[in-house]
Amino acid sequence: MSTEITISNVSRGFNGHTVLDNVNLTVRDGELLALLGPSGSGKTTLLRLIAGLDQPDSGSIAIGGTEATQAHPAARGVGFVFQHYALFRHMNVFENIAFPLRIRKTPKAEVNVKVTELLKLIQLETLAGRYPAQLSGGQRQRVALARALASQPRVLLLDEPFGALDAVVRRDLRRWLRQLHEEMHITTIFVTHDQEEAFDLADRIVIMNGGKICQQGAPIDIYQHPADVFVHEFLGESNHITGHAAGGIIFADAGFPVAEAANAPDGPAEIYVRPHHVLLRPRSNGGTGWVINRISATGAHARISVANASTTLEASMTVDALLASGLTDHMPVDITFAGGTVFPTADSQPLKLQVLKPRLAV
Amino acid sequence: MSASLTVPAVGAKRGFTWRPASVLPGFRTSLTITLLWLGIIVLGPLAVMLWFTAGMGWEAFLGTITTPRVLADLWISLRSALYASLANAVFGLLVAWVLTRYNFPGRRIADALVDLPFALPTAVAGIALSTLYAPDGWIGALLVPFGLQVAFQPAGIVVAMMFISLPFIVRTVQPVIEDLEPEQEEAAHLMGASALAIFIRISLPAILPALLTGFALAFARCLGEYGSIIFIAGNRPMVSEIVPVLIVQELDQFDYQGATAIGVLMLAVSFLLLLAINLLQAWVRKRHGG
Repeated sequence: MSTEITISNVSRGFNGHTVLDNVNLTVRDGELLALLGPSGSGKTTLLRLIAGLDQPDSGSIAIGGTEATQAHPAARGVGFVFQHYALFRHMNVFENIAFPLRIRKTPKAEVNVKVTELLKLIQLETLAGRYPAQLSGGQRQRVALARALASQPRVLLLDEPFGALDAVVRRDLRRWLRQLHEEMHITTIFVTHDQEEAFDLADRIVIMNGGKICQQGAPIDIYQHPADVFVHEFLGESNHITGHAAGGIIFADAGFPVAEAANAPDGPAEIYVRPHHVLLRPRSNGGTGWVINRISATGAHARISVANASTTLEASMTVDALLASGLTDHMPVDITFAGGTVFPTADSQPLKLQVLKPRLAV
Repeated sequence: MSASLTVPAVGAKRGFTWRPASVLPGFRTSLTITLLWLGIIVLGPLAVMLWFTAGMGWEAFLGTITTPRVLADLWISLRSALYASLANAVFGLLVAWVLTRYNFPGRRIADALVDLPFALPTAVAGIALSTLYAPDGWIGALLVPFGLQVAFQPAGIVVAMMFISLPFIVRTVQPVIEDLEPEQEEAAHLMGASALAIFIRISLPAILPALLTGFALAFARCLGEYGSIIFIAGNRPMVSEIVPVLIVQELDQFDYQGATAIGVLMLAVSFLLLLAINLLQAWVRKRHGG
């Protein structure tokens, strides 16, 4: 049975403040989808609307081809994991997981079998008698997940599932959840503000901002082809240079040429370059006065701050490459931009930067 | 040698400690003052009472506290306090729930009203209540057609006790209701639990320990109440007379030993009941993994 979710023209406001603005989204059957956005972008509200914890002001939601906008949450076949897990504090692990089954008046023997099965799945068989207060954050998270899975939902919804966990637990749980999804293939939507989490886990990412969907697509496509300035800035670090296009060449307002963008219409342009696309080498001759401010090596990667009279840029490279290049603090350097995106102000279509031909290299 | 420097001598002592490690000083001072204060304010009067009673001898003591009138009045006191506290456990919980969960015009005023029984002189409350519930009073007149009379009857005792003990339940339960996670209720709702099932199986167990505390406080307050009850109860021996009234009557007859003997009985019974409620509460808390 297909459990495609179709969200059509959904809007929701609170106290005259629009939180979701005419959102359209299709979640495919068996997909692991991330709703990614800064806080206040409406992603949690959208998740709650799908669960039935809230009603849209307008628009409709269909789950598995059936209209579900007014349906009771329990009739939608969704499992929900709350940000702070919302475990029942006065029930032990076993009773927490058994609760949805008991509410449905499942026979006792069947409850025992199912809960034992789920406890095995979350690898907490030995802690069945513990109370939530006696569990670590990661364990609570898994119990919340088992409880959401107990009623065999068609759709699994997770609100910031890893938000409250420390880095190592977060990574392990992420892998575990990914693996679980490969095995069970439940249509899953999770909300996050952490782009690394979304990229690591999701089949498809939906980026939200200000109650609207900015872009959706496979993680690698989104990163390579950000639809607008917001998406580019939101997905990792970037150098922002204000400039202008003239004859297919993009110049920074500070004077130096940045790269080619053959289709760029002449006029003002916003240029975004990721640090790893800023290539540095020791200055050969002449140059434009770029000097390394500071090199900080953090593990496998080094961050290099480089500046000329008017502009400061962040570059990054592997420490191995840094050592091979012979770059040191305060060294005069030449810069090439290996890639980037230019947003012509007049035209919202983003353009890919291309490396300048050697004669124009700065 | 350096090892002996890094391990303080007291570190070797295990088991009982006077205090866990803390950066705040003043253990000796604060404990001394605490014990002195409890001694002077609480234990002192109680000790005098016991000392005074001890002077009358075991036989006379038993004789005084087992008269039919004392036993009947004790039973009236306990029963009325139980009814009043039970009623307030239900309605006080409701008041606390409504005051914390809902927003309505005048909510803050309603919230302030809850504390009035704390502040009002109990005699004033008693006079007001007996006026209200007398057969020709506003509420009393409404009850007459049904053959019910509250004022000057045992029921009047319960009404007065309900009035003075309401804040104890409301104020102990309120912070716990404020702390309830709405997400837990939403989670149960998503799983298909009915509103009633959510309240009984999710919310109530979380509130229960505080509700028991409030019940114990209210019950103790009811047992000790005197001022308001004497105006509304009618004080007929063995019918609508509470123990404190009996004690005052003994005092009026200059039978100080008799009065303190009944006081000691009252004290013992209250202590045992409060201890039982405390144990029950500890058990509930443990069972619910608090």
